[in-house]
Amino acid sequence: MYTVQHARDLQCKGMPRPELFRAARSCYGVGDHQHRLFLHEMPFGPLTCLVVGAECVCYRESVINNKGDAMTILPPGVSARQFAKALAEFAAVVGPDWVLSSEEDLQPYRDHFSLLKDQPDELQASAAVCPADVAQVQAIVRIANRYKTPLFAISTGKNFAYGGPAPNVRGSVTVDLKRMNRVLELDEKRHFVLVEPGVSYMDLYRYIQERNLKVWVDTADVGWGGLMGNALEHGVGYTLGPYRDHFSAHCGMEVVLPDGELMRTGMGALPGSGGWQDYKHGFGPDPAGLFAQGGFGIVVKMGFRLMPQPEHWRTGLVTVPKRRDLIPMVDTVNYLTDLFIIGEPLYGSPLRILREDKAFLQAADSFDEAALDRVAAEHSLHSWQVELQFYGSEKTTLANWEWAKELMLRNIPGAQCFDGESLPVPVTQEQIERSTRPYPAPYASQMRRNVMHGVPKLYAWWMPSRTDDFPDSWNQSHLGLFSVVGRSGAAVLQAQRDFDRVARDMGSKPAMPYAISTPLNWNQSAFLLGNGAFGSATRNEATPQSKLDQLKLLREVLKRNAAMGYGDYRAPPLLQDAVADQYSFNNHALRRFNERLKDAADPNGILLPGRGGIWPKALRALRGAIRK
Amino acid sequence: MKKSAVLMSLLLCSGSGAAIAADVPAAAAAGKNVFEIRCAPCHAAGLGGDPGRDHLPGTDALRIKYKGTTVPALLERRTDLTEPVLKVYLRHGSWSMPPFRKTEVSDADIANLAAYFAVTSLAAERK
Repeated sequence: MYTVQHARDLQCKGMPRPELFRAARSCYGVGDHQHRLFLHEMPFGPLTCLVVGAECVCYRESVINNKGDAMTILPPGVSARQFAKALAEFAAVVGPDWVLSSEEDLQPYRDHFSLLKDQPDELQASAAVCPADVAQVQAIVRIANRYKTPLFAISTGKNFAYGGPAPNVRGSVTVDLKRMNRVLELDEKRHFVLVEPGVSYMDLYRYIQERNLKVWVDTADVGWGGLMGNALEHGVGYTLGPYRDHFSAHCGMEVVLPDGELMRTGMGALPGSGGWQDYKHGFGPDPAGLFAQGGFGIVVKMGFRLMPQPEHWRTGLVTVPKRRDLIPMVDTVNYLTDLFIIGEPLYGSPLRILREDKAFLQAADSFDEAALDRVAAEHSLHSWQVELQFYGSEKTTLANWEWAKELMLRNIPGAQCFDGESLPVPVTQEQIERSTRPYPAPYASQMRRNVMHGVPKLYAWWMPSRTDDFPDSWNQSHLGLFSVVGRSGAAVLQAQRDFDRVARDMGSKPAMPYAISTPLNWNQSAFLLGNGAFGSATRNEATPQSKLDQLKLLREVLKRNAAMGYGDYRAPPLLQDAVADQYSFNNHALRRFNERLKDAADPNGILLPGRGGIWPKALRALRGAIRK
Repeated sequence: MKKSAVLMSLLLCSGSGAAIAADVPAAAAAGKNVFEIRCAPCHAAGLGGDPGRDHLPGTDALRIKYKGTTVPALLERRTDLTEPVLKVYLRHGSWSMPPFRKTEVSDADIANLAAYFAVTSLAAERK
């Protein structure tokens, strides 16, 4: 033991409000010669100062919210004193500068778009620990086991619309892996990269450009995202099918398991193998899927297949006249997709320009197919369009486009085909930003050319921002809501009616009629349909109450969607239990199996509890507990 | 790089340079690097200096925010982006601009950014 100093004698970093610090009502210390811990009774609650060697870090066990109320943030079931000791041990591993716990330092670890923002039960971390290498991650996991402190791992990027960096359990310690940011290996001939968690799409793109390598990055829409984090959340991209499903494009992982042990998947499990990123299956059961949208380990290295840079890029637009023509159109696109002839197809409806037309709206609201065809014909418009893109050489892209046209014209009477762009690769920045498109009015392209060329940008971030139409507001509840729908035209037409019925039942209306909503073919073999009435819907009325109402509404929508056979592919923590509830075959056999595995692999339940709706035994009572 | 060198020369020849610590050019150069990696994807000038919603959402949001005022949409032309001001915006976020963690933009990065903006705003004022 040591002699207790008075608080005012300490010069500490992160000390919030020195005048209050001096007003400490009492001060006592615990610890040993390595870690000295001071607990101060402050007017706003306990303040802990941790001294490691000559360094000192202060943090509050209570924080003051913007209304001046104290909000305690501690890991569930962990006392302030025990937690302080855990933080002391974390600091001994990563250094005091990399245990972040002041109110200011923890601001960026909150979900900027949370529906519970500033509410007493907002999902917030109690602290963040930032390791620099794999050994430190292992040490952190072992400490967390000793103190039964839940950990939540993040890498790089923002994960906005899906919960940001916020944990599933309030009070978790966030393990921020951003400092581990090396591109470990990139093979331009075998087309793969092995990265650490902190490598963003922009980082990798810069790495490739600086070395003039001939491979592409299949980037997420917002380029600050990370390869690993996005893939582990089942994120998507926009180039050829095998690359744009980012988790499927992974090729091998190194994982810190819940007990701190290090494991490699696939050929990585074979010491000395030269084919870790070539053959991801290895031998026997492959647990890789457990680490995506789940809390079975902290992934610290991950391989990804990279698309070789093509010589040429070409686009073309196909339109079809009648509503039911969507069915053969999707069939034809699927054929081309699964032969790997085309990249991401972009579906749309030219009827969007009729959104102010009374006859159109009446037909769309009643799903009167004959009337919709009649209105389209009266305006000389086709009902659907799909924009196709081809990667290869100038000759092969031309030949493939000619073949696609032949198939479309053969399969769909009245179809029209318009040549698009034909550009040598790599395209220039001017070509990426060019706003003119080659198609005749009123047909318009919906293509964001940067992502189609693997160029990470932040173009898409205008979505939650103020705009000329909304100069005095921003979208405070930017949130993604996309349901998996069968990859056929018939399934899309049915889903439109189903989603419309739910919206009407709930008293909501989408900005554009569901009758012309079109699928996203982000995953090569699946359609996702946006739920237009319920996603990012509160731009102009973002009050705390409206956000709570939206949360309640979204949970009800997810329940109704599931009753019709639709499940979401991804969700923020506040909705993950509701989405997991959708996948209920045989009395939730899948979730029960996953939780049996979880309890065996993570008996203390410390790794990302609740992620993907998988709760460890110790915290299972928290399932669906927030604002239920 | 050429532009950076010109700006550094401007600073050193400006007369105010004497009042600024000798290591400021190095800090500003480091800040330029931070700006290009962390800020420019949202806050740069567009091609031909024409900021547009489709490509630079940060620049565009500030264009709308400061419409009718003398505050420029481009960060590099701002004269008020001192270290404490930058810290507030970067750590807390503002509207659609998210907060950034210390692992993404360190306190030293913020100090360097402030040094960089001091140089670029000086250059903008001289135009």
